[in-house]
Amino acid sequence: MIIKVLGPGCARCQNLEKVVREVVRSLKLDVRVEDVRDMKQIMQYSILATPALVIDEKVVMSGKVPTKKEVEQLITGAIADDKQE
Amino acid sequence: MIGKTEAGSCGCGTPAPAAPDYTGKSKSQKRLILLLGVGLALWVAIYLLIGPLADYITYSLIQLPAGSQLASSIAFFLYEAPKVILLLILIVFGVGIIRSYFTPEKTRQLLSGKREYVGNIMAGGLGIVTPFCSCSAVPLFIGFVETGVPLGVTFTFLIAAPMINEVAVVLLLGTFGWQIALLYIVTGLFIAITAGWIIGRLKLERHIESWVYEIKIADSTSPAEHLSFAGRINYGLNAVREIVGKVWPYVLAGIAVGAVIHGYVPEGLMASFMGKNVWWAVPAAVLLGIPMYSNAAGIVPIMQALMEKGAALGTTLAFMMAVIGLSLPETIILRKVLKWPLIGVFIGVVAIGIILIGYLFNAVL
Repeated sequence: MIIKVLGPGCARCQNLEKVVREVVRSLKLDVRVEDVRDMKQIMQYSILATPALVIDEKVVMSGKVPTKKEVEQLITGAIADDKQE
Repeated sequence: MIGKTEAGSCGCGTPAPAAPDYTGKSKSQKRLILLLGVGLALWVAIYLLIGPLADYITYSLIQLPAGSQLASSIAFFLYEAPKVILLLILIVFGVGIIRSYFTPEKTRQLLSGKREYVGNIMAGGLGIVTPFCSCSAVPLFIGFVETGVPLGVTFTFLIAAPMINEVAVVLLLGTFGWQIALLYIVTGLFIAITAGWIIGRLKLERHIESWVYEIKIADSTSPAEHLSFAGRINYGLNAVREIVGKVWPYVLAGIAVGAVIHGYVPEGLMASFMGKNVWWAVPAAVLLGIPMYSNAAGIVPIMQALMEKGAALGTTLAFMMAVIGLSLPETIILRKVLKWPLIGVFIGVVAIGIILIGYLFNAVL
Protein backbone atom coordinates (compact mmCIF):
# COMPACT_ATOMS: atom_id res chain seq x y z
CA MET A 1 0.00 0.00 0.00
CA ILE A 2 1.27 3.46 -0.89
CA ILE A 3 -0.06 6.58 0.80
CA LYS A 4 0.62 9.91 -0.84
CA VAL A 5 0.25 13.30 0.78
CA LEU A 6 -0.37 15.96 -1.87
CA GLY A 7 0.57 19.51 -0.98
CA PRO A 8 2.95 22.19 -2.19
CA GLY A 9 4.50 22.61 1.25
CA CYS A 10 2.07 24.90 3.01
CA ALA A 11 1.58 24.73 6.77
CA ARG A 12 -1.60 22.67 6.57
CA CYS A 13 0.02 20.23 4.15
CA GLN A 14 2.89 19.67 6.56
CA ASN A 15 0.35 19.09 9.31
CA LEU A 16 -1.34 16.37 7.29
CA GLU A 17 2.03 14.75 6.58
CA LYS A 18 2.75 14.65 10.29
CA VAL A 19 -0.65 13.18 11.18
CA VAL A 20 -0.36 10.46 8.52
CA ARG A 21 3.12 9.43 9.61
CA GLU A 22 2.03 9.28 13.23
CA VAL A 23 -0.95 7.10 12.39
CA VAL A 24 1.14 4.74 10.25
CA ARG A 25 3.68 4.43 13.05
CA SER A 26 1.10 3.84 15.77
CA LEU A 27 -0.77 1.22 13.71
CA LYS A 28 2.57 -0.42 12.81
CA LEU A 29 1.51 -0.64 9.19
CA ASP A 30 3.78 -1.72 6.39
CA VAL A 31 3.00 1.13 4.01
CA ARG A 32 5.03 3.68 2.14
CA VAL A 33 4.23 7.33 2.80
CA GLU A 34 5.26 9.74 0.05
CA ASP A 35 5.02 13.51 -0.09
CA VAL A 36 4.14 14.90 -3.48
CA ARG A 37 5.13 18.56 -3.72
CA ASP A 38 5.38 19.08 -7.47
CA MET A 39 2.30 20.92 -8.69
CA LYS A 40 2.14 19.07 -12.00
CA GLN A 41 2.14 15.72 -10.25
CA ILE A 42 -0.40 16.93 -7.71
CA MET A 43 -2.75 17.98 -10.47
CA GLN A 44 -2.71 14.47 -11.94
CA TYR A 45 -5.19 13.67 -9.20
CA SER A 46 -7.71 16.36 -10.20
CA ILE A 47 -8.08 17.82 -6.76
CA LEU A 48 -9.35 21.33 -6.10
CA ALA A 49 -7.86 21.96 -2.70
CA THR A 50 -4.69 20.98 -0.94
CA PRO A 51 -3.71 19.16 1.17
CA ALA A 52 -5.07 15.88 -0.15
CA LEU A 53 -4.60 12.26 0.80
CA VAL A 54 -4.19 9.53 -1.81
CA ILE A 55 -4.28 5.84 -0.90
CA ASP A 56 -3.25 3.46 -3.67
CA GLU A 57 -3.79 6.12 -6.33
CA LYS A 58 -7.29 6.94 -5.10
CA VAL A 59 -8.08 10.37 -3.63
CA VAL A 60 -9.74 9.75 -0.29
CA MET A 61 -9.76 13.28 1.10
CA SER A 62 -8.91 16.80 0.05
CA GLY A 63 -8.93 20.33 1.36
CA LYS A 64 -8.69 19.74 5.08
CA VAL A 65 -6.47 18.46 7.81
CA PRO A 66 -8.24 15.45 9.28
CA THR A 67 -7.82 14.25 12.83
CA LYS A 68 -5.75 11.17 13.61
CA LYS A 69 -8.93 9.19 14.07
CA GLU A 70 -10.22 10.17 10.64
CA VAL A 71 -6.93 9.22 8.99
CA GLU A 72 -6.99 5.92 10.84
CA GLN A 73 -10.49 5.21 9.52
CA LEU A 74 -9.50 6.13 5.97
CA ILE A 75 -6.48 3.83 6.05
CA THR A 76 -8.17 0.85 7.74
CA GLY A 77 -11.14 1.35 5.41
CA ALA A 78 -8.85 1.12 2.39
CA ILE A 79 -7.21 -2.02 3.80
CA ALA A 80 -10.63 -3.61 4.29
CA ASP A 81 -11.57 -2.72 0.69
CA ASP A 82 -8.33 -4.29 -0.49
CA LYS A 83 -9.08 -7.58 1.19
CA GLN A 84 -12.53 -7.78 -0.34
CA GLU A 85 -11.24 -7.41 -3.86
CA MET B 1 -15.62 -2.16 11.98
CA ILE B 2 -19.01 -3.54 10.98
CA GLY B 3 -20.10 -0.17 9.67
CA LYS B 4 -17.05 0.03 7.50
CA THR B 5 -17.43 -3.27 5.71
CA GLU B 6 -21.05 -2.46 5.02
CA ALA B 7 -20.13 0.85 3.48
CA GLY B 8 -17.42 -0.87 1.49
CA SER B 9 -19.74 -3.44 -0.02
CA CYS B 10 -22.58 -1.15 -0.99
CA GLY B 11 -20.70 2.06 -1.59
CA CYS B 12 -19.61 1.33 -5.18
CA GLY B 13 -16.27 3.06 -4.85
CA THR B 14 -17.39 5.91 -2.63
CA PRO B 15 -15.33 6.04 0.53
CA ALA B 16 -16.76 5.07 3.86
CA PRO B 17 -18.37 8.06 5.53
CA ALA B 18 -16.85 8.91 8.86
CA ALA B 19 -18.61 6.58 11.27
CA PRO B 20 -22.29 7.20 10.56
CA ASP B 21 -24.40 6.43 13.55
CA TYR B 22 -27.93 5.64 12.48
CA THR B 23 -29.08 4.04 15.69
CA GLY B 24 -30.73 6.51 18.04
CA LYS B 25 -30.10 9.31 15.56
CA SER B 26 -33.01 11.53 16.55
CA LYS B 27 -32.15 11.15 20.23
CA SER B 28 -28.54 12.17 19.80
CA GLN B 29 -29.65 14.96 17.48
CA LYS B 30 -31.94 16.32 20.18
CA ARG B 31 -29.12 16.21 22.66
CA LEU B 32 -26.87 18.07 20.23
CA ILE B 33 -29.44 20.81 19.72
CA LEU B 34 -29.83 21.09 23.49
CA LEU B 35 -26.06 21.37 23.91
CA LEU B 36 -25.93 24.02 21.20
CA GLY B 37 -28.66 25.98 22.98
CA VAL B 38 -26.79 25.82 26.28
CA GLY B 39 -23.61 26.90 24.56
CA LEU B 40 -25.35 29.86 22.95
CA ALA B 41 -26.91 30.96 26.25
CA LEU B 42 -23.53 30.75 27.93
CA TRP B 43 -22.04 32.78 25.11
CA VAL B 44 -24.64 35.55 25.50
CA ALA B 45 -24.12 35.62 29.28
CA ILE B 46 -20.36 36.01 28.96
CA TYR B 47 -20.77 38.59 26.22
CA LEU B 48 -23.01 40.74 28.41
CA LEU B 49 -20.64 40.42 31.37
CA ILE B 50 -17.36 41.56 29.79
CA GLY B 51 -18.23 45.26 29.67
CA PRO B 52 -18.96 45.68 33.41
CA LEU B 53 -16.14 43.27 34.26
CA ALA B 54 -13.57 45.29 32.28
CA ASP B 55 -14.61 48.46 34.11
CA TYR B 56 -14.60 46.68 37.45
CA ILE B 57 -11.07 45.35 36.97
CA THR B 58 -9.69 48.66 35.71
CA TYR B 59 -11.28 51.07 38.16
CA SER B 60 -12.09 49.01 41.26
CA LEU B 61 -9.63 46.14 41.32
CA ILE B 62 -6.44 47.85 40.14
CA GLN B 63 -7.91 51.24 41.06
CA LEU B 64 -6.56 53.26 38.18
CA PRO B 65 -7.71 56.88 38.20
CA ALA B 66 -10.62 57.40 35.82
CA GLY B 67 -9.71 59.45 32.78
CA SER B 68 -5.99 58.65 32.87
CA GLN B 69 -4.28 57.44 29.69
CA LEU B 70 -3.26 54.13 31.24
CA ALA B 71 -6.76 53.41 32.54
CA SER B 72 -8.34 54.19 29.20
CA SER B 73 -5.85 51.89 27.42
CA ILE B 74 -6.37 49.03 29.85
CA ALA B 75 -10.15 49.28 29.94
CA PHE B 76 -10.13 49.32 26.12
CA PHE B 77 -8.03 46.16 25.96
CA LEU B 78 -9.94 44.27 28.65
CA TYR B 79 -13.21 44.95 26.87
CA GLU B 80 -12.18 44.58 23.23
CA ALA B 81 -10.06 41.42 23.49
CA PRO B 82 -12.67 39.05 24.98
CA LYS B 83 -15.43 40.65 22.90
CA VAL B 84 -13.65 40.09 19.59
CA ILE B 85 -12.59 36.54 20.53
CA LEU B 86 -16.19 35.70 21.49
CA LEU B 87 -17.54 37.11 18.24
CA LEU B 88 -14.90 35.18 16.32
CA ILE B 89 -15.89 31.89 17.95
CA LEU B 90 -19.59 32.38 17.22
CA ILE B 91 -19.28 33.54 13.62
CA VAL B 92 -16.50 31.17 12.60
CA PHE B 93 -18.66 28.34 13.93
CA GLY B 94 -21.71 29.55 12.00
CA VAL B 95 -19.76 30.11 8.80
CA GLY B 96 -18.16 26.69 9.28
CA ILE B 97 -21.57 25.08 9.25
CA ILE B 98 -22.58 27.00 6.13
CA ARG B 99 -19.29 26.01 4.51
CA SER B 100 -19.89 22.35 5.14
CA TYR B 101 -22.53 22.64 2.43
CA PHE B 102 -20.21 24.26 -0.12
CA THR B 103 -17.26 22.14 -1.12
CA PRO B 104 -14.94 23.44 -3.85
CA GLU B 105 -16.19 20.58 -6.03
CA LYS B 106 -19.78 21.74 -5.72
CA THR B 107 -18.79 25.33 -6.42
CA ARG B 108 -16.97 24.29 -9.56
CA GLN B 109 -19.98 22.35 -10.70
CA LEU B 110 -22.18 25.41 -10.18
CA LEU B 111 -19.80 27.67 -12.07
CA SER B 112 -18.71 25.57 -15.01
CA GLY B 113 -20.27 26.64 -18.27
CA LYS B 114 -21.64 29.85 -16.75
CA ARG B 115 -21.17 32.89 -18.93
CA GLU B 116 -19.82 36.21 -17.69
CA TYR B 117 -22.16 38.52 -15.73
CA VAL B 118 -24.15 35.72 -14.09
CA GLY B 119 -21.01 33.67 -13.65
CA ASN B 120 -19.13 36.60 -12.11
CA ILE B 121 -21.92 37.41 -9.69
CA MET B 122 -22.28 33.78 -8.62
CA ALA B 123 -18.53 33.37 -8.27
CA GLY B 124 -18.40 36.38 -5.95
CA GLY B 125 -21.07 34.98 -3.66
CA LEU B 126 -19.59 31.49 -3.73
CA GLY B 127 -16.17 32.98 -3.00
CA ILE B 128 -17.49 34.03 0.39
CA VAL B 129 -19.00 30.70 1.42
CA THR B 130 -16.60 28.19 -0.13
CA PRO B 131 -13.73 27.19 2.13
CA PHE B 132 -10.52 28.50 0.62
CA CYS B 133 -6.93 28.87 1.68
CA SER B 134 -4.43 30.69 -0.47
CA CYS B 135 -2.19 27.64 -0.68
CA SER B 136 -5.02 25.97 -2.60
CA ALA B 137 -5.14 28.76 -5.18
CA VAL B 138 -3.25 26.80 -7.84
CA PRO B 139 -5.19 23.51 -7.83
CA LEU B 140 -8.40 25.51 -7.66
CA PHE B 141 -7.39 27.71 -10.58
CA ILE B 142 -6.45 24.73 -12.74
CA GLY B 143 -9.51 22.75 -11.73
CA PHE B 144 -11.80 25.65 -12.57
CA VAL B 145 -10.23 26.71 -15.87
CA GLU B 146 -9.87 23.13 -17.13
CA THR B 147 -13.50 22.27 -16.59
CA GLY B 148 -14.84 25.26 -18.46
CA VAL B 149 -15.20 27.96 -15.83
CA PRO B 150 -14.34 31.18 -17.75
CA LEU B 151 -11.08 32.90 -16.75
CA GLY B 152 -12.83 36.07 -15.58
CA VAL B 153 -15.27 34.10 -13.44
CA THR B 154 -12.37 32.18 -11.90
CA PHE B 155 -10.69 35.46 -11.04
CA THR B 156 -13.82 36.83 -9.40
CA PHE B 157 -13.71 33.79 -7.15
CA LEU B 158 -10.01 34.17 -6.44
CA ILE B 159 -10.47 37.83 -5.50
CA ALA B 160 -13.59 37.42 -3.38
CA ALA B 161 -12.47 34.34 -1.46
CA PRO B 162 -9.56 35.84 0.48
CA MET B 163 -10.82 39.43 0.63
CA ILE B 164 -14.23 38.77 2.13
CA ASN B 165 -13.54 36.29 4.86
CA GLU B 166 -15.32 35.67 8.10
CA VAL B 167 -12.48 36.95 10.26
CA ALA B 168 -12.52 40.33 8.50
CA VAL B 169 -16.29 40.57 8.80
CA VAL B 170 -16.27 39.64 12.51
CA LEU B 171 -13.66 42.21 13.35
CA LEU B 172 -15.39 44.95 11.41
CA LEU B 173 -18.65 43.97 13.07
CA GLY B 174 -17.11 44.00 16.52
CA THR B 175 -15.16 47.20 16.19
CA PHE B 176 -17.13 49.39 13.76
CA GLY B 177 -20.65 47.96 13.85
CA TRP B 178 -22.75 46.15 11.28
CA GLN B 179 -23.04 49.05 8.83
CA ILE B 180 -19.31 49.08 8.09
CA ALA B 181 -19.17 45.28 8.02
CA LEU B 182 -21.96 45.22 5.45
CA LEU B 183 -20.32 48.02 3.47
CA TYR B 184 -17.12 46.00 3.37
CA ILE B 185 -18.91 42.87 2.09
CA VAL B 186 -20.82 44.78 -0.58
CA THR B 187 -17.86 46.79 -1.88
CA GLY B 188 -15.58 43.74 -1.72
CA LEU B 189 -18.08 41.79 -3.80
CA PHE B 190 -18.40 44.69 -6.21
CA ILE B 191 -14.64 44.85 -6.74
CA ALA B 192 -14.34 41.07 -7.18
CA ILE B 193 -17.22 40.94 -9.68
CA THR B 194 -16.13 43.91 -11.82
CA ALA B 195 -12.42 43.11 -11.70
CA GLY B 196 -13.15 39.51 -12.75
CA TRP B 197 -15.43 40.72 -15.49
CA ILE B 198 -12.78 43.12 -16.83
CA ILE B 199 -10.10 40.42 -16.75
CA GLY B 200 -12.46 38.12 -18.65
CA ARG B 201 -13.10 40.85 -21.23
CA LEU B 202 -9.41 41.42 -21.84
CA LYS B 203 -9.03 37.89 -23.27
CA LEU B 204 -5.81 37.06 -21.49
CA GLU B 205 -6.00 33.28 -21.80
CA ARG B 206 -2.67 33.19 -23.66
CA HIS B 207 -0.93 34.41 -20.51
CA ILE B 208 -1.74 31.25 -18.62
CA GLU B 209 1.25 28.92 -18.39
CA SER B 210 0.96 26.31 -21.12
CA TRP B 211 1.41 23.32 -18.78
CA VAL B 212 -1.97 24.10 -17.30
CA TYR B 213 -3.62 23.10 -20.56
CA GLU B 214 -1.55 19.93 -20.86
CA ILE B 215 -3.03 18.48 -17.71
CA LYS B 216 -5.81 16.05 -18.28
CA ILE B 217 -8.43 16.55 -15.63
CA ALA B 218 -10.50 13.51 -14.96
CA ASP B 219 -14.08 14.08 -13.92
CA SER B 220 -14.33 14.98 -10.31
CA THR B 221 -12.70 12.09 -8.54
CA SER B 222 -12.71 13.68 -5.14
CA PRO B 223 -15.11 12.01 -2.78
CA ALA B 224 -18.45 13.71 -2.31
CA GLU B 225 -19.07 14.06 1.36
CA HIS B 226 -22.48 13.52 2.83
CA LEU B 227 -22.39 14.92 6.29
CA SER B 228 -24.88 14.28 9.01
CA PHE B 229 -26.09 17.06 11.27
CA ALA B 230 -23.54 16.03 13.87
CA GLY B 231 -20.91 15.98 11.14
CA ARG B 232 -21.68 19.59 10.25
CA ILE B 233 -21.51 20.66 13.89
CA ASN B 234 -18.17 18.93 14.01
CA TYR B 235 -17.06 20.77 10.87
CA GLY B 236 -18.00 24.06 12.53
CA LEU B 237 -16.13 23.19 15.71
CA ASN B 238 -13.08 22.18 13.68
CA ALA B 239 -13.22 25.53 11.88
CA VAL B 240 -13.26 27.30 15.25
CA ARG B 241 -10.31 25.24 16.47
CA GLU B 242 -8.32 25.82 13.31
CA ILE B 243 -9.11 29.48 12.60
CA VAL B 244 -9.49 30.94 16.09
CA GLY B 245 -6.55 28.82 17.23
CA LYS B 246 -4.38 30.39 14.57
CA VAL B 247 -5.65 33.92 14.71
CA TRP B 248 -6.00 34.79 18.39
CA PRO B 249 -2.40 35.95 18.99
CA TYR B 250 -2.77 38.41 16.10
CA VAL B 251 -6.05 39.64 17.49
CA LEU B 252 -4.55 40.23 20.93
CA ALA B 253 -1.47 41.93 19.46
CA GLY B 254 -3.62 44.09 17.21
CA ILE B 255 -5.89 45.12 20.07
CA ALA B 256 -2.89 45.83 22.30
CA VAL B 257 -1.43 48.18 19.68
CA GLY B 258 -4.88 49.65 19.21
CA ALA B 259 -5.18 50.17 22.97
CA VAL B 260 -1.90 52.08 23.10
CA ILE B 261 -3.00 54.30 20.21
CA HIS B 262 -6.37 54.69 21.89
CA GLY B 263 -4.85 55.90 25.14
CA TYR B 264 -1.75 57.81 24.10
CA VAL B 265 -1.95 59.16 20.55
CA PRO B 266 -3.40 62.69 20.51
CA GLU B 267 -6.77 63.29 18.86
CA GLY B 268 -6.61 64.36 15.26
CA LEU B 269 -3.00 63.31 14.69
CA MET B 270 -3.95 60.91 11.89
CA ALA B 271 -6.10 63.52 10.18
CA SER B 272 -2.98 65.24 8.89
CA PHE B 273 -1.88 62.31 6.74
CA MET B 274 -4.75 59.82 6.63
CA GLY B 275 -7.56 62.35 6.63
CA LYS B 276 -10.17 63.07 3.99
CA ASN B 277 -8.43 66.06 2.54
CA VAL B 278 -5.12 64.36 1.81
CA TRP B 279 -5.61 63.47 -1.85
CA TRP B 280 -2.69 61.04 -2.10
CA ALA B 281 -3.59 59.10 1.03
CA VAL B 282 -5.76 56.46 -0.67
CA PRO B 283 -3.29 55.34 -3.38
CA ALA B 284 -0.46 55.52 -0.87
CA ALA B 285 -2.40 53.29 1.55
CA VAL B 286 -3.10 50.77 -1.22
CA LEU B 287 0.50 50.72 -2.48
CA LEU B 288 1.67 50.21 1.07
CA GLY B 289 -0.91 47.48 1.64
CA ILE B 290 -0.25 45.28 -1.42
CA PRO B 291 3.10 43.79 -0.37
CA MET B 292 2.03 43.62 3.27
CA TYR B 293 0.58 40.36 4.34
CA SER B 294 -1.47 40.08 7.45
CA ASN B 295 -4.72 38.42 8.17
CA ALA B 296 -7.60 40.68 9.00
CA ALA B 297 -7.18 39.75 12.64
CA GLY B 298 -4.17 41.93 13.25
CA ILE B 299 -5.12 44.85 11.10
CA VAL B 300 -8.67 45.77 12.08
CA PRO B 301 -8.04 46.78 15.71
CA ILE B 302 -5.24 49.07 14.55
CA MET B 303 -7.51 50.55 11.90
CA GLN B 304 -10.12 51.30 14.52
CA ALA B 305 -7.64 53.17 16.67
CA LEU B 306 -6.36 55.10 13.64
CA MET B 307 -9.85 56.13 12.64
CA GLU B 308 -10.57 57.28 16.14
CA LYS B 309 -7.68 59.71 15.79
CA GLY B 310 -8.91 61.19 12.53
CA ALA B 311 -8.02 58.79 9.70
CA ALA B 312 -10.73 58.76 7.02
CA LEU B 313 -12.93 55.69 6.54
CA GLY B 314 -12.25 55.35 2.79
CA THR B 315 -8.50 55.46 3.25
CA THR B 316 -8.66 52.98 6.11
CA LEU B 317 -10.89 50.51 4.27
CA ALA B 318 -8.73 50.74 1.15
CA PHE B 319 -5.66 49.92 3.21
CA MET B 320 -7.35 46.93 4.77
CA MET B 321 -8.64 45.58 1.45
CA ALA B 322 -5.18 45.91 -0.10
CA VAL B 323 -3.54 44.11 2.81
CA ILE B 324 -5.84 41.10 2.93
CA GLY B 325 -7.12 41.01 -0.66
CA LEU B 326 -3.81 41.29 -2.48
CA SER B 327 -0.84 39.60 -0.98
CA LEU B 328 2.68 38.83 -2.05
CA PRO B 329 2.60 35.15 -1.03
CA GLU B 330 -0.56 34.48 -3.04
CA THR B 331 0.89 36.27 -6.05
CA ILE B 332 4.02 34.14 -5.88
CA ILE B 333 1.89 31.00 -5.68
CA LEU B 334 -0.21 32.11 -8.68
CA ARG B 335 2.95 32.78 -10.69
CA LYS B 336 3.16 28.99 -11.15
CA VAL B 337 0.13 29.11 -13.41
CA LEU B 338 0.02 32.72 -14.64
CA LYS B 339 2.56 34.63 -16.69
CA TRP B 340 3.65 38.07 -15.53
CA PRO B 341 1.34 40.14 -17.79
CA LEU B 342 -1.72 38.40 -16.35
CA ILE B 343 -0.45 38.81 -12.79
CA GLY B 344 0.17 42.48 -13.53
CA VAL B 345 -3.34 42.96 -14.87
CA PHE B 346 -4.81 41.09 -11.90
CA ILE B 347 -3.04 43.25 -9.32
CA GLY B 348 -3.57 46.43 -11.34
CA VAL B 349 -7.30 46.00 -11.84
CA VAL B 350 -7.95 45.06 -8.21
CA ALA B 351 -5.74 47.87 -6.89
CA ILE B 352 -7.51 50.46 -9.05
CA GLY B 353 -10.86 49.14 -7.87
CA ILE B 354 -9.82 49.47 -4.24
CA ILE B 355 -8.48 52.99 -4.79
CA LEU B 356 -11.74 54.10 -6.43
CA ILE B 357 -13.75 52.66 -3.54
CA GLY B 358 -11.50 54.50 -1.09
CA TYR B 359 -12.03 57.83 -2.83
CA LEU B 360 -15.75 57.19 -3.08
CA PHE B 361 -16.16 56.64 0.66
CA ASN B 362 -13.99 59.58 1.52
CA ALA B 363 -16.17 61.75 -0.70
CA VAL B 364 -19.55 60.40 0.41
CA LEU B 365 -19.14 59.83 4.14
